[in-house]
Amino acid sequence: MLRFTMRRLLQMIPTIIAVALLIFVIFSVVPGSFASSLMADGKTASDPELLARLNEQFGLDKPVYIRAWEYLSGLAHFDLGTSFRTREPVLDVINDRIWASLKLSIAAMVFAIVIGVPLGFIAALRPGSVLDSITMIGAVSGLSMPQFWLGLLLMYFFALVLGWLPSFGYGGGDLKYLILPAITLGVTPLALLARTTRAGVLEITNEDFIRTAHSKGMSNSRVIRWHLMRNVMVLVVTTIGLQFGSMMGQAVVIEKLFSWPGIGSLLIDSVSIRDIPVVQGTILVIVLWFLLINTFVDIIYAAIDPRIKQT
Amino acid sequence: MTDTPLLELKNLHVGIPKRDGYLDIVKDVSFSIMPGEAFGLVGESGSGKSLTALSLIRLLKKPLKVSKGQILFKGRDLQTLSDREMRGLRGERIAMIFQEPMTALNPLKTVGRQIAEMFVLHRGMGWAEAGRKAVDALASVKVPAPEERVLAYPHQMSGGMRQRVMIAIALACDPDLLIADEPTTALDVTVQDEVLKLIGELCAARGTAVLMISHDLGVIANMCQRVGVMYSGRLVEERDTYDLFAAPRHPYTKGLLGALPRLGTRHGAAGRQRLVDIDGLIKDREALLQEFCFQPRNTIRDPRLRADGAA
Repeated sequence: MLRFTMRRLLQMIPTIIAVALLIFVIFSVVPGSFASSLMADGKTASDPELLARLNEQFGLDKPVYIRAWEYLSGLAHFDLGTSFRTREPVLDVINDRIWASLKLSIAAMVFAIVIGVPLGFIAALRPGSVLDSITMIGAVSGLSMPQFWLGLLLMYFFALVLGWLPSFGYGGGDLKYLILPAITLGVTPLALLARTTRAGVLEITNEDFIRTAHSKGMSNSRVIRWHLMRNVMVLVVTTIGLQFGSMMGQAVVIEKLFSWPGIGSLLIDSVSIRDIPVVQGTILVIVLWFLLINTFVDIIYAAIDPRIKQT
Repeated sequence: MTDTPLLELKNLHVGIPKRDGYLDIVKDVSFSIMPGEAFGLVGESGSGKSLTALSLIRLLKKPLKVSKGQILFKGRDLQTLSDREMRGLRGERIAMIFQEPMTALNPLKTVGRQIAEMFVLHRGMGWAEAGRKAVDALASVKVPAPEERVLAYPHQMSGGMRQRVMIAIALACDPDLLIADEPTTALDVTVQDEVLKLIGELCAARGTAVLMISHDLGVIANMCQRVGVMYSGRLVEERDTYDLFAAPRHPYTKGLLGALPRLGTRHGAAGRQRLVDIDGLIKDREALLQEFCFQPRNTIRDPRLRADGAA
């Protein structure tokens, strides 16, 4: 088990290097730089002399491959560089923001799992029932509605009309501020989980070993607890992992919408002023999160399904 | 042996509900099994053997239902039992082995646990005690090294071993009746024989009656005192095994026997004796309800095969 985990963790390194290089390539193609964005006040034409001096100061005059190499060797020492804007180490900038993002992602995922999985279960045990139809219609709506639109609706209804919850902001960590963004972010995975769970239960119900279980004289609830649940979980865990992994990336829009001081809003702000080290850092964090969650899911897999070899 | 049969089927019909009554797939099947007796049910795919068996333990899949007739087990009509009473019988008094040992066991649970469930369900044991009994049960079906094998998962076992596990589960509570639905069809020929012998020995030693379902007359001939031949949902002939093989009455039975290869006879090409096959195919089920049941198979015409049963 330990070796399996270690190997999976080591396998992440090439992916991280590839992503870091890709971001370098993209930003060497995109027009504009931090220096030009500093001077773009819209009134004066930019002074080429000043531009050159700023570029030199931030090391932007060096060829892209040299900067890439410097960045990667820094990365090997867990040095993500320095923010152009605040002159702080990127690691500190991210450290200020990551916890808010983690809090939001975890809250959204817990919301999705706690409601989505049982809903899918109940729907599948009574296929064709009213509850089943409502769940599935809700799931399709949840999947097809743009998240920012849902966020706006929730904001309008719960903050403006009812006045129960604050409309946006972090509130210094007050849980009241977490509810709306977490629900908004959690609706898509919730809908997906409900559907996956329902499909999984229906699939497993038709398996031969469920018939065997019934032929042993088990009650329905025992068949579900002893034989159905775990087999369905194998299917559901995949969806949970994929959704949870991509959540940091999806949170970008939601964080901006709710002025949530997380990685996502940091990313958007940094892109617009071409603060490349911070952009690099945040994207790396998002990728790293995805990889970590996936590794974790693989480990859980191996734990619940004996057919998966732990090599 | 007493005179009262252990199991008695009286005019059993199994069908799919329609607007006006039922579309019957199993029609008017009656036979009885004495305690400790081995009864064989043969017939081709789709002839209704398995449905008859499943209706005995009330595990027919929706929308299939017993539309008419009685199933008496020890004189009690199984259809009048409550679900709870039926669960008490299933596995405990009437056990079943299925065709596919590859899928009939839960892939995520050890075989020991799946055997132990029987003792927990029907003997009120705790898991520890049930686990020890599972070792004995596994030993009784001649699985080598049962203490280690109880910890194995189904995918770590061969098909023959898994079918032995199924037998151990089925016989765990010393049932009165074992329903074996094509227990060897999915196995290699060499393993088939071992498994059949095992079922025969164990049931004979415990006085368990067997309902052996197969499309293989050889299997039935080896094991059963009496045979019923099913064709297209009907029991067309029911006799002592010896008599049936010596002098089949029904044209379909003759056809079946003619299709058996015999040791010492050469079959196949160039002047040698050919295996007889039965011409024609079962027509679609609606047509079977109205017409001569066997007539489409044009080598044999027999007025006794009318759908209305008129001789």
